[in-house]
Amino acid sequence: MSDERKIRVLVAKPGLDGHDRGAKVIARALRDAGMEVIYTGLRQTPEMIVEAAIQEDVDVVGLSILSGAHLTLVPRTCELLHKHGLDHVLVCVGGIIPEEDIPALKQAGVAAIFGPGTSTEDVATFIKDSVRPR
Amino acid sequence: MNDLAASVLAGDRRAVARLLTLVENAPVEARRLLATLYPHTGHAHVIGVTGAPGTGKSTLVNQMTLELRRRGRTVGIIAVDPTSPFSGGAILGDRIRMQDVAGDPGVFIRSMATRGSLGGLARATADAIRVLDAFGRDIILVETVGVGQAEVEIARAAHTTVVLQIPTLGDDIQILKAGILEIADVLVINKADLPGTERVRAALSMMLDLGARSNDWRPPIIETIAVQGLGIAAVIDAVEQHLAYLKDGGRLAQRERQRVHDEIVSLLRDNLTARTLAALPEGALDSLVQRVCRRQIDPYAAVQEIIGK
Repeated sequence: MSDERKIRVLVAKPGLDGHDRGAKVIARALRDAGMEVIYTGLRQTPEMIVEAAIQEDVDVVGLSILSGAHLTLVPRTCELLHKHGLDHVLVCVGGIIPEEDIPALKQAGVAAIFGPGTSTEDVATFIKDSVRPR
Repeated sequence: MNDLAASVLAGDRRAVARLLTLVENAPVEARRLLATLYPHTGHAHVIGVTGAPGTGKSTLVNQMTLELRRRGRTVGIIAVDPTSPFSGGAILGDRIRMQDVAGDPGVFIRSMATRGSLGGLARATADAIRVLDAFGRDIILVETVGVGQAEVEIARAAHTTVVLQIPTLGDDIQILKAGILEIADVLVINKADLPGTERVRAALSMMLDLGARSNDWRPPIIETIAVQGLGIAAVIDAVEQHLAYLKDGGRLAQRERQRVHDEIVSLLRDNLTARTLAALPEGALDSLVQRVCRRQIDPYAAVQEIIGK
């Protein structure tokens, strides 16, 4: 049990959302899929998220955004990850993201966007299949 | 690979994080790197923070870190949370309470899952402490999982152990029992604005009066309200006094000898067990297990058969 490599995921809520039920559901689902999930709570800046990603040496950063500020917060987070050499980190976004904003987020480096109604198993499977070996 | 050790010594945070992952996932590979770092360790004051779930360990660690930073110390934090025995996954949520210090370059926080260890720490915690020590942190705070009565491993890993109590955790009989209260070098009653604080203090005080201690350090009892940052300076003062006490008269060196002795014995046990099992012929262990289950031999005899040959 202890020698295998565990997938480490940072679940973060950037910006000023007041609700983190979705983030908690995802955190719990990924835990149940055998991953180690670091949850940092509400109201994170991109800088805080990236610093946590460095220290925790995560494979995945999951950003949960409901506020509508995703076009600001997500590219900024991706940019900082790149700046710190964390290009191997898979970035996923969940929350309320309008269809027309998806290309811009993908362009910024997001691997997947999970909207309302996504099954948590799909999220776990996507992560397991997409985590980049190091 | 050796570059990683050099980068840790040079203060590279990413290298520290990578090495911590290696220590957790690939202990055998990490060994050589740890050997390179070992001569650079032994400088940090390692402080354990332990207590039942919900007593405020993470909140206290956050506040202690703020106070240590005010006093000019750099801090490394290892926060341990439990691994699910069913899925092998874990939710590591201690950082939520540590937001005040998370962005400070003088603070490095690493969350760690127990991965099956039962003593309140992870198997990799001792090595993780060494990595942060070599990284040059003055103080390393180790927060255990929420513990019950018997998870006392932290006392071996840390120089100073802080045990948290809260006013609502049961009566004085709980306090009379053996266990984590006995390993305290500093006792903290957190949430001291709740009713019952005086009663807990009296019970703890009685425990200390009755106890036959192996040394002459009497753990101070400190009241805190960690969410408001109250009482924290007193906790740090007590922790520093405890370190001074240890340094006085060679106690620290003596303790270090004991710790190293225990560690060598424990590594030897793991190593010899692994080696003995690997040397057994295919199926030999299974057949011994079966014979013990059928009550043909007892477990002691099974072990004799293995090592007797």
